[in-house]
Amino acid sequence: MATISREEVANLARLARISMSDAELDHLAGEMDVILGAVARVQEVARADVPPTSHPLAFSNVTREDVVKPSLTPEQALSGAPASAEQRFKVPQILGEE
Amino acid sequence: MSLNYDRALEIYEPTLGLEVHVELNTNSKMFCGCATEFGAQPNTQTCPVCLGLPGSLPVVNERAIESTILIGLALNCSIAPFSRFARKNYFYPDMPKNFQTSQYDEPICVNGFLDVEVETDDGNEIFRVEIERVHMEEDTGKSLHVGGATGRIHGADYSLLDYNRAGIPLVEIVTKIVPNTGKYAPAVARGYVAALRDILRSLKVSDVKMEQGSLRCDVNLSLSKKGSGELGTRSETKNVNSLRSVERAVTGEIIRHANRLQSGEKIVQETRHFLEESGQTRPGRSKEQAEDYRYFPEPDLVPVVPDAKWIEELRNSLPEKPAERRKRLQQAWSVPDKEMSAMVNAELLDTVEQTVLLGADPTKARSWWLGEISRIANDKSVAPTELITVKDVAQIIELIAKGELTDKLARQVVEGVIAKEGEPSEVIAKRGLKVVSDDSELMKAIEAAIAATPETAQKVRDGNIPAAGALIGAVMKSTGGQADAARVRELLLKHLGQ
Repeated sequence: MATISREEVANLARLARISMSDAELDHLAGEMDVILGAVARVQEVARADVPPTSHPLAFSNVTREDVVKPSLTPEQALSGAPASAEQRFKVPQILGEE
Repeated sequence: MSLNYDRALEIYEPTLGLEVHVELNTNSKMFCGCATEFGAQPNTQTCPVCLGLPGSLPVVNERAIESTILIGLALNCSIAPFSRFARKNYFYPDMPKNFQTSQYDEPICVNGFLDVEVETDDGNEIFRVEIERVHMEEDTGKSLHVGGATGRIHGADYSLLDYNRAGIPLVEIVTKIVPNTGKYAPAVARGYVAALRDILRSLKVSDVKMEQGSLRCDVNLSLSKKGSGELGTRSETKNVNSLRSVERAVTGEIIRHANRLQSGEKIVQETRHFLEESGQTRPGRSKEQAEDYRYFPEPDLVPVVPDAKWIEELRNSLPEKPAERRKRLQQAWSVPDKEMSAMVNAELLDTVEQTVLLGADPTKARSWWLGEISRIANDKSVAPTELITVKDVAQIIELIAKGELTDKLARQVVEGVIAKEGEPSEVIAKRGLKVVSDDSELMKAIEAAIAATPETAQKVRDGNIPAAGALIGAVMKSTGGQADAARVRELLLKHLGQ
């Protein structure tokens, strides 16, 4: 039984801004289904008293003191940007959204 | 025919929901050590973590957690024993990581309330606003849209991004739906944000400057037909940035919704932008296509598990609630409601209290700060406390009480201090503003005045007491206003046998 549909994969691709051809979608939908099938088997093994894990390490409360550290210079910060102006990152116009 | 506000509320019942974002005043950002100074040169407060460069790892600012727990406790929330960060995924250039680190299904504070006092037709009434959650997240960068006519995104040629603000700790405070406020909905919304601001200020966790964006409010509003018991479709008005705007946004949306519904149109669930000039809103992003942020637990951060003992310590450290403090001071100083509100609205309550703590009479302290000093501050467009210190004002009030200054002289002293001529004592010395309290000097001036207008003096001797006014005036003039008028009158009448 398919756990993820072709439409869902297409939607995920759209949300992730990844352009995919029809052939790629067909292929990936099948592949992802296999992966999700494997995950589903793990879920079967996990009993109700096993809480979902978000982190492989059993740590909590890793924090830092509220102390200011030196930042990058604006030149360093902007050095990897494809475009910049007025000491700011320059990005293409954002279409269709406000 | 279009419905006005009153008619709209005869037919419809508004339901409110308020989301407030507060920038914390920590020294460093939420997940890195970059400074958080407002107004710094663009991109001078960034690093690989807040720029989302590959391989960088976030570490949570301990004080941000502490501040958020304090906010939760002050809002009567439960503090979650276990809480996690989540990634909110979206593509927008204000977030260089392409996700915002936030909290989703495991926020740090839940289920609180805030009581809001609102003036109604039947006197002041308390509306309880229930709090759904208080969670931690990070602020976004600032965009500057270049090109186009209005500085809006539409029609812009490109955008310029400053990431100084990206990653500044942000706390989001979300109410449950607030029902049954009727025509007081705008006042409740305003009162809630004002009360929240007071609490945040008393906790010293944020600058709470709405005009600088460190406190921002989103107003959710829906209408339902009275008695229908159903919830209507809501609109969400973003970034309403003053208390007055909160009130106007609610009023405006009530009228807009009512008129749409009345003419048979549907309310579109959408984000709207508040227009400061007109008090109207204009549509922004439509939410017809439900947003899909694909939240998932942030793998780079470990859970927050606050120690119960720490929470109790923080609870015990909470300051007096602003509303209670206000009541206490109002009683202690016997201030009428109106004047109390004026003092609070002028943000001078702390200042007046400090002045009183230095020994000044509360009524005098209030009238100097809200009167003369506020007037000069208004003219100069600065805060009264930037002009003169509490200590100087307390000292001036003390000198009046001792009879060493008259009100008139004191005004000159205040002027002198504001003009940076020195402390009150120096201004008094330099300007020679001491009250002439030496009777023999006053007598000399009185005799001179009588000699100048003997006929007026005769009238007084003959029993025409009001005629003494002219002589007193002459004495005050010759002493440069430095005499105590009451004492002059006393001496003069006695001298003229009255």
